[in-house]
Formats: sequence, C-alpha cells, structure tokens
Amino acid sequence: MSTILMEKDLETGVWPEWFDQSGAIQEYESAPRPTRKDEAWRFANISALDLSQFQAAPAPSNEGRLITASSGLEKFSAKMVFANNTLIHEEAPQLPNEVLFLPLEVAAREHAALFRKYFMAQPVELGSHKFAALHKGKVTSGAFLHVPANTEVALPVEIFHWVEGAHSSVFPHTLIICGENSRVTVVDRFQSADGLKAFACGVNDLHLAPGARLTYVAVQDWSRDSLAFHLNSTIVDAQATSTALTANFGGGFLRGESLSRLVGEGSRSEMYSINPVEGTREIDQRTLQDHLAPNATSDLLYLNALDDASRTIFSGLIKVQPGAHGTDAYQKVRNLILSDEADPNSMPGLEILNDEVRCSHGATNGPISNEELFYLQARGIPRETGCRLIVNGFFNALLQKIADPALRDYLEGLLAKRLVLGGTPQK
Amino acid sequence: MSLHIENLHANIGDREILRGLNLEIPKGEVHAIMGKNGSGKSTLAKVMAGHPDYEVTKGTVTLDGLALLDLEEPDERARAGLFVAFQYPMEVPGVSIANFIRAARQAALPEDAELDAVEYYQDLYVKMDALKIPRNFTSRAVNEGFSGGEKKRCEILQLAMLAPKYAVLDETDSGLDIDALKIVSDGVNALRSPDRGFLVITHYQRLLDYIVPDVVHVMVNGQIVLSGDKELALKLEAEGYDWVEKETLATA
Repeated sequence: MSTILMEKDLETGVWPEWFDQSGAIQEYESAPRPTRKDEAWRFANISALDLSQFQAAPAPSNEGRLITASSGLEKFSAKMVFANNTLIHEEAPQLPNEVLFLPLEVAAREHAALFRKYFMAQPVELGSHKFAALHKGKVTSGAFLHVPANTEVALPVEIFHWVEGAHSSVFPHTLIICGENSRVTVVDRFQSADGLKAFACGVNDLHLAPGARLTYVAVQDWSRDSLAFHLNSTIVDAQATSTALTANFGGGFLRGESLSRLVGEGSRSEMYSINPVEGTREIDQRTLQDHLAPNATSDLLYLNALDDASRTIFSGLIKVQPGAHGTDAYQKVRNLILSDEADPNSMPGLEILNDEVRCSHGATNGPISNEELFYLQARGIPRETGCRLIVNGFFNALLQKIADPALRDYLEGLLAKRLVLGGTPQK
Repeated sequence: MSLHIENLHANIGDREILRGLNLEIPKGEVHAIMGKNGSGKSTLAKVMAGHPDYEVTKGTVTLDGLALLDLEEPDERARAGLFVAFQYPMEVPGVSIANFIRAARQAALPEDAELDAVEYYQDLYVKMDALKIPRNFTSRAVNEGFSGGEKKRCEILQLAMLAPKYAVLDETDSGLDIDALKIVSDGVNALRSPDRGFLVITHYQRLLDYIVPDVVHVMVNGQIVLSGDKELALKLEAEGYDWVEKETLATA
C-alpha cells in the first residue's frame, strides 16, 4: 500500500528544518489501515483505498495550457495555479497590500510563527488521521492566505489545483487565516488536466478570528475514477461567520471530512455540499459540528443526487459541549434517488451535553417528483431534459445561499455544465 | 381544424371520472366549460395533457387531425400544440422562471436549432410587462412562494411565450382578485386569434365577463349535458346547477 511513499522526494528541501515530513510519514506508516469495523469507516468501500497503483506526479507537461484553462471568475483579487504540486502561476491584480497570499512553503519560511500556529492545527478526528499524516509527509506547496484584522478583500481569491498524468498523486493544501473583522471570499478548484485516474489527498483549513466573514467554495472536479481525500477543519471565533460550500463533481471514490468548531460566542458556521453521483462512484462524507461556545449557530445541508449504481455515505454529528448554551444547530442530508440501484447511506447524529439548545437533524430519500416532472413535460420539455432541470434545481436551491451574485452565477454555470456532461470524464 | 374530443372515458384508479365526453372547439373560438366541483372539469384538462395518474379507457382527442392520445408523453402533446394552464401549478425548486420557459422554447425548436438568447429575453420581458410581472421574477424559482395570483399570471406568461394551437385554462380565475383577473383576462384576450382555440374551465360566471366565450358547455358527472351561448352562463350563475341536473335526469 505504500509505493508512493518509497519513491523520491521524501525531503524536498522546500521546508524549514522544523517541518517534520519524515516523522509524518512514520506516523502514516504506523497508523492502522481503516477497516469497516471502525465506526468512522462504516459502509465505506475500503478496497478503494489501495494506494499501490499511484506514483509521484511528474512535472506538468504544458503549463501554458493549464494556466489558460485556469480562467474562472471574470473579476478576482488574486489567483494561484498549481499543477502536480507545483505553483505554475500567480497574480494579484486587486489584492490589498497587507494581505499575505503566498505559496505555503514560502509562508513557512517567512512567517513561521503564523504558519506554525495554524498549519494542520486541529487533530483530524473523523477517521482519516492516517491520510492527514500522509498529506503532511508529502505536501510540497499550497496556498497560504492571511487577511489581517479589519481588512476587506472585495473580490474573490481564486486557487486552481491541477493533476495531470495517469496515476499521479497530488497533495493540495489551502490554509486561510482571517483576522478580526476581516472579510474574504475564496474559490478553490480541483481539476483534472486529462481525465485520467489520479490520487489526491488534500487539506483545507479555515480559521476565523472574532467578527471575520469568510465565504469558501471548493469545486472538486477530479476525474470520475480518481481516489480523493479532502480533509477540512473550520475554526470560528466570536461573532464570526463561515460559509463553506463544497461541490463534488468528480472522484470515483471521494472521502470528505469536515469539522466545524465553534469556539467563540455567537459564531456561525454554514456547511453546504452538492454531490451529483452516477456510475459506480462513491462519495463518503463525515462531518462534525462541535459547539464549544454559547449562542453559536451551525447549519449543515448536504445534497446528494444518486444515479445508476452510485453510493453516498453521510455520517454527521452535532456535539454540544457543556458550556455551549443557546446553541442553534441544524444538520440535514437530502438524497435525490434517480435509480433503483443507487445506494444512499445516511447517519445523522446528535450528542448534547447541555439543556438550552435547539438542534435538529435528519435525512430524507426521495425520487424525482412525478408532479414536477409532469409540469415540465406539459410545457413540451422532454422527460430527460426535465429530469436534468429538476436535479439542477435541487442543487441550485442551495447555491442561492451564496450572497455574491457574480459568484452565484458562476457556480450556477459550473453546475449546469457538470450536469450536462454527467458522468463522462471531462477533458 | 379543431380540438375534437369524442366519447372520452377516463379513470383515476378504479373510479370513472369522464364518462363519454364529447366536445369540439373549432380553431378561432373560445369555449367555456362550467360545472360543479367534482363534475370532472379538471380531470378533462389533466387527461388531455397526459397526466400519468389518469387512464383513458375509451375515446379519442383529435388536434387538427392528429390523434393526441396516441402520443404517450405529456411533452409530445405539448409540442403538438396543446397547452394547459393548471389550476394548481407545481412548484419546481431551484429552477428559475427564465430557465424553465427557455427550456420549453428550446424544446419547441428543431433538434439542432439553438435558441437566440437575446431575442428570447426581449420577448420574455415584453410579455412579463404586459402581465405586470416584475422583472425580478425571471430569477425566482418556478411558482415557489408565489401568491395564487402570481402563479396564474405566470401560467398565462407561459401560454403567451409558447403560443400553442389550443389552450385549456383550468380555473384560471380561482384565487384572483378583481385587478389580477383583469390583467390575466387581458393577457388571454390578446392571444385570441383565428389560429387558436381556447377552452376555459371555470365554475364562476365572473371570468366569462372578461373572457367572453362563443359557446358555454355544462358538465355533469363527466359528460357535457348542455351547450348554449353566453346567456347560459348567466342563467347558471342565477339559478345554480340543480335544474340542469334535473333536466338531464329527465331526458336520460
């Protein structure tokens, strides 16, 4: 299971000495492999986790093409483009001077105190600590964004992570640190350059100081047979609001873990996810809404549309710690079932150690409404197009939570395009 | 050229709702069907549109010579030129009015033709303005959170945008205040043409003051039992339906 680890570049030299990659690799090696007996891996297709076929990614073959393809929003404040773990392009046309937007390894050298305080600072506790260790052991670059207190970044920051080549391995990393009362929007895109099977093991960590406002959107569009881990933690301090939306368009086996820790009074974390799945693809998502502070709100809504023999697993927990009175927590997964063979698994959960709380959680499964479909068909829209419109609408309703109209339009466009392409690998 | 319904029988489950209905709407005319709740008026509209809950057991519907019921899917019937404005239009979450009508317009084009988006929006705005529908409705999800009047106006907007050969309006007046009724009726009247037939289903005479029909039919127990001119609607309004039922029973 460990061929990619035995290859070159264990010590890449990009990191300061204190950044202990060999220790991380040892941690990876010694951590037990997940089994289905682990609660955190219940229902998961463990056999998909075989890493032996993957190898170190080669240097990107055509940087120019990928830079051109990394055109996202019409207006943005700054952009970084990574291909096969290497930064190939950066620009910052509209970024306030005081904002740090740096390659991760540069931040480690030049802003060591900040970096060490925030880099993978939260224990990975939703099942993939082994793969988090692998990430730390192999990461060579990534995006580091620090928005100082009282700074507003008006236009979104864009990050593109490309993977290229059969069986390549990438370790994308995004670390966002929002100072007090700062405001920023980040769009993180994960793309396959060639539609070939690849391995991605990514981490994105979001830190919000009191009063900060962060909108973070991740659009994952790896090839349809790739193996991917995306591990997230979000720490929200007093009166800060994080809106995080993840769209999983690709991946043959995707493991997503998302932890929101509400550490300050009146903090708010919104956790949204859009998952169209078809073929034999599997999306396995584990979440934790950890309420430590009083009067905090968390709102989780995950939408899955399952076609063919696809599978989804959702396991979520709302945890209300003893001091967290006045908690308002919601957790909901909705599965739109498009095929008899589809296999949705939902395990919503609550653990409340406090009386004065409002919590609700639930999961629903249902097919496309015949009445809705009839209505569309009665206007001349063919059945298949009507179904696609309804699926599009099912997800689109969640995109309306994005306040910025330009960003919302952009995401609506990506979604519509994805649903037209369906499960076919993109180029 | 007509929309011609002959001896139509239809069930929902085991219950027969339409029991040998005959009706012909020549192109260019407006016909009204009046009848009490439960007489089968809305069923007729849904059966013609191809709602999957209803089963046609006998009879034919012919649209300008085309056997409409041979078309299995509702979208085929719509593209053949039939439009039904529903009494209770469905909400379709997340699908905007603009995208919905655009998909319908696209579906009406030949397979390889691409809709002209600029022309489409110009046309849409003109028709929205005429129906006093605010422009921001284009981005709202179809019927979601709409008032009764907004839903009905939106149905007429679709009718105007799709310009069918025959339009069936099912209780288009229900839930409308008098101002909205005028707007909707003006919208319908603007679409009256020698190339289009209308069937207006209602159980109040009021609507027919605004959309004046050429012929009024009375429906009882899944059949048309009486036909007449506009005066018949006024008589029904004044005297109710009991006398019709008695006469029908007497002649049966």
